[in-house]
Amino acid sequence: MTVAAAPRTAAGTSRRGSGRGPWLFLAPFGLFYLAFLLWPTIWMFIASFFHTSTVRAGLGSFAGLDNYTEMFSRSDFWSSLWHTLQFTLYTVPPLVILAFVLAVLTNRLRSGQWFFRLAFFLPFILPSATISLIWVFIFTPGTGLWASVQDLLGPTPAAGMLTDPRTAMIGIAIATVWWTIGFNFVLYLAGLQDIPRELYEAAAVDGASPGQQILRITLPLLNRTTTLVILLQIIASLKIFDQVFLMTAGGPGISTRVSLQLITDTAFTDNRIGAASAASVLLFFIIVAIAVIRQVAESMASRRAGEV
Amino acid sequence: MSATAPPSGMKGAISAAAPVQRPARPGSSSGSTFRIVSAIVLAVFAVLWLVPSLFALKTSLSDNGTAALGAAEILQDWSPTFYSYATLLGAGDIWNWYLASAITSILTTVLTLLLASMCAFALSRLVFRGRNAVMLLILLGIMIPGQVLVVPTFQMLGWMNLLNTYWAVIFPQVPAVIAVFIFKQFFDGIPRELEEAARIDGAGLWKIYWRVIMPLSRPVIAAVAVLTFVGVWNNLMLPLFVISNPDLMTIPVGLATVQGSFGQRYADIQAGAILAALPLVALYLVFQRQIVEGVTGTGLKG
Repeated sequence: MTVAAAPRTAAGTSRRGSGRGPWLFLAPFGLFYLAFLLWPTIWMFIASFFHTSTVRAGLGSFAGLDNYTEMFSRSDFWSSLWHTLQFTLYTVPPLVILAFVLAVLTNRLRSGQWFFRLAFFLPFILPSATISLIWVFIFTPGTGLWASVQDLLGPTPAAGMLTDPRTAMIGIAIATVWWTIGFNFVLYLAGLQDIPRELYEAAAVDGASPGQQILRITLPLLNRTTTLVILLQIIASLKIFDQVFLMTAGGPGISTRVSLQLITDTAFTDNRIGAASAASVLLFFIIVAIAVIRQVAESMASRRAGEV
Repeated sequence: MSATAPPSGMKGAISAAAPVQRPARPGSSSGSTFRIVSAIVLAVFAVLWLVPSLFALKTSLSDNGTAALGAAEILQDWSPTFYSYATLLGAGDIWNWYLASAITSILTTVLTLLLASMCAFALSRLVFRGRNAVMLLILLGIMIPGQVLVVPTFQMLGWMNLLNTYWAVIFPQVPAVIAVFIFKQFFDGIPRELEEAARIDGAGLWKIYWRVIMPLSRPVIAAVAVLTFVGVWNNLMLPLFVISNPDLMTIPVGLATVQGSFGQRYADIQAGAILAALPLVALYLVFQRQIVEGVTGTGLKG
């Protein structure tokens, strides 16, 4: 399991590559894996039980479950978790449903698919800093593009999208849907292109309307893609940090402050690594739980595909 | 990598053959109505999706005075100026940021490509004790959310004396477990006969990896390379916390840090946003296929 076990395998005869060979290929990546993935994970768990700080070296004094009980009793911990969930609830449905609809419509085009792929996917490769600067400017209170369009449509609400605690998270969600829909869009498009056109032709001959074709053929055959898209989307949304940090910095007040921001504030502003680690562990478990569901769903889906 | 779009020739053949197969049927008129409606809906959404980028571009080509007046004034201004771009590129900071972004993105990409493909080669081609344990670790690694590790990662880098160096941005992004998966999947599909000849000629493992497997893996190398590069270029959180020296900041972090001091210079801000993205947009236009295939082939997401 570890690199240290390497010499012993030299005795075992293997058909391909014997001795240290395999381990020499694994070791370079393995070192980075241990140093920057596995060890930080383990360290996060350890530090969560200590009064670790950035000010003093070492772990600090043993804290037991103090860091956890502190987090559970802090109202800003729960509100940051709620804001994370709120962001997830605002973004996942449009990102999944709209991506599906746009992909289905694009897939039916005889020509010009490249244009829509470009239009919907291009924002996805932009840095979060770029999209945040663009959308903060669009949401400028009073004179911004968003306010101007609202002016055309009717009376304008006084506060800007991002400066009103009631709408700030909606503004972040709008920017995020615009930014990342391309990812789900190309996943759906790839799934759609695996469905043979003959199925639609046959259904059309039987008199099925385009709506019926989508409900009876497309949706069921894309079940697997939809499961993947939803779970990946939930995981990505739970890890929200960039857009909030850049667009509202958690404000107004703490009305959009999310979990990762609470974690980094506790660690780097309050210098309380232990408490931040406890909060990290809790978020870690939430995300890993969804990731495990994804793995199970994936293996169930591929097993079912294997049976057919 | 099976997710390529069908070649347009094939689609053409199907639609050309269609009229012969299809008898006149009542559904056909509703089919064409549907097609027109969906084209209109698509067009509306495409416009909605293009407007923010185009508006940013338009703003960046206005002068700061006009940009401060509001959206209506920006859209009615027909005297484009490159003043904001000249200001930013002339100030010098941005070149340091470009350099930092380029160095960290390129080095991380090279290291990830090499190390992940070597690891995948061992897992795909070699039989050794402990192989299942390694596979399990890799599977576990895929589920670990990197961003949540920002606090312990910061501590590790501190102990290694790497804070405020490019390495602090590079090293934590090298163990991209998903890259091992993509490579292994591809290697598993390469017929073993191809390396038998080299083996009979007495080629060692390294030669088989470097001379036989890797040259056959160009498409997957390209996909992983482009995705890694884009991911590192766009990473905000890691460089934000491990770099505090303004000269070493990557371009997203540099921009995020100075935007406050820009105040009402909206044209400059939008020009900065566009300059940060420009290399990626160029990369996307060149490697569109690899990026889209990489995304669909893996379900990779930051």
